[in-house]
Amino acid sequence: MNRTTVSTLARCLAAAALAGPGLLQQAQAATPAELLAGFSSQAGSAPSAARGQQFFTTTHGKEWACATCHGAVPVQAGKHAATGKAIGAMAPASNPDRFTDAAKVEKWFRRNCNDVAGRECTPAEKADLLAWLMALKP
Amino acid sequence: MRTHTCFNWQQALFGLIATIGLAQQALAGANKGGSLAPLLPRYQQECGACHVAYPPGMLPAASWQRLAGNLQGHYGTDASLDPATLRQISAWLAANGGTYKRVREEPPEDRITRSAWFIHKHDEVPAVTWKLPAVNSAANCAACHAGAEQGGFNERNVRISR
Repeated sequence: MNRTTVSTLARCLAAAALAGPGLLQQAQAATPAELLAGFSSQAGSAPSAARGQQFFTTTHGKEWACATCHGAVPVQAGKHAATGKAIGAMAPASNPDRFTDAAKVEKWFRRNCNDVAGRECTPAEKADLLAWLMALKP
Repeated sequence: MRTHTCFNWQQALFGLIATIGLAQQALAGANKGGSLAPLLPRYQQECGACHVAYPPGMLPAASWQRLAGNLQGHYGTDASLDPATLRQISAWLAANGGTYKRVREEPPEDRITRSAWFIHKHDEVPAVTWKLPAVNSAANCAACHAGAEQGGFNERNVRISR
């Protein structure tokens, strides 16, 4: 192995080490504001924090509301209604990790809207919910 | 200008991951019900988001496969995963499902808490204890098992809630 090959190998290993966690988690880094802009653009209308709060705190034909597990004002940890497991606060101001990974956000909207409303949420509903959560202060 | 590309680094990375997976399986194979296999990080991250990341040795592989095949209807909630994550977690569960004699039997509804060994192990816990707000559900292992989140269920670390 000549020196160039060795240094290339070293760089490649470093690149693999750095890329590894990203590849495994398929993280799609984003900010809450970017995600909100995306949902609003898909919805074709301006979000409403008031409608978001309404959606979050009321039931939609099934047993649970969002607030059942997350709490009515999710600036603090919630608790899974079935298992009792703690759920970190949803408001980005209380929990900076929230709404920073597009794939994770889509996964949880898909699951939880299905649990709460028996369907996926519309882009307008997602925009409303996120607008409300972003307006909350710890 | 000469360029040196990393033509094989992805394969090397996946080789490394496969090696780690094999090492985990070897440890799981040595498990006889007491010590437990280290948890697949992806399993801990995904399944552990809603409940204790139950050690895979607590259910037989057939039960795990049924659960993994119906995550949209997972005990009343939608726990669906993207296909790549589901494949990875399913393969790990299939390789690490319980084979010890008391775990081989598939419990009703594929619930760990309805396994004969689970019921036997908890027969001294009074009914009132299970209903305490701090316990709430038999799925809430960590209410009494201090090490449950890390896969530790040694009886010496049990603190029964009051």
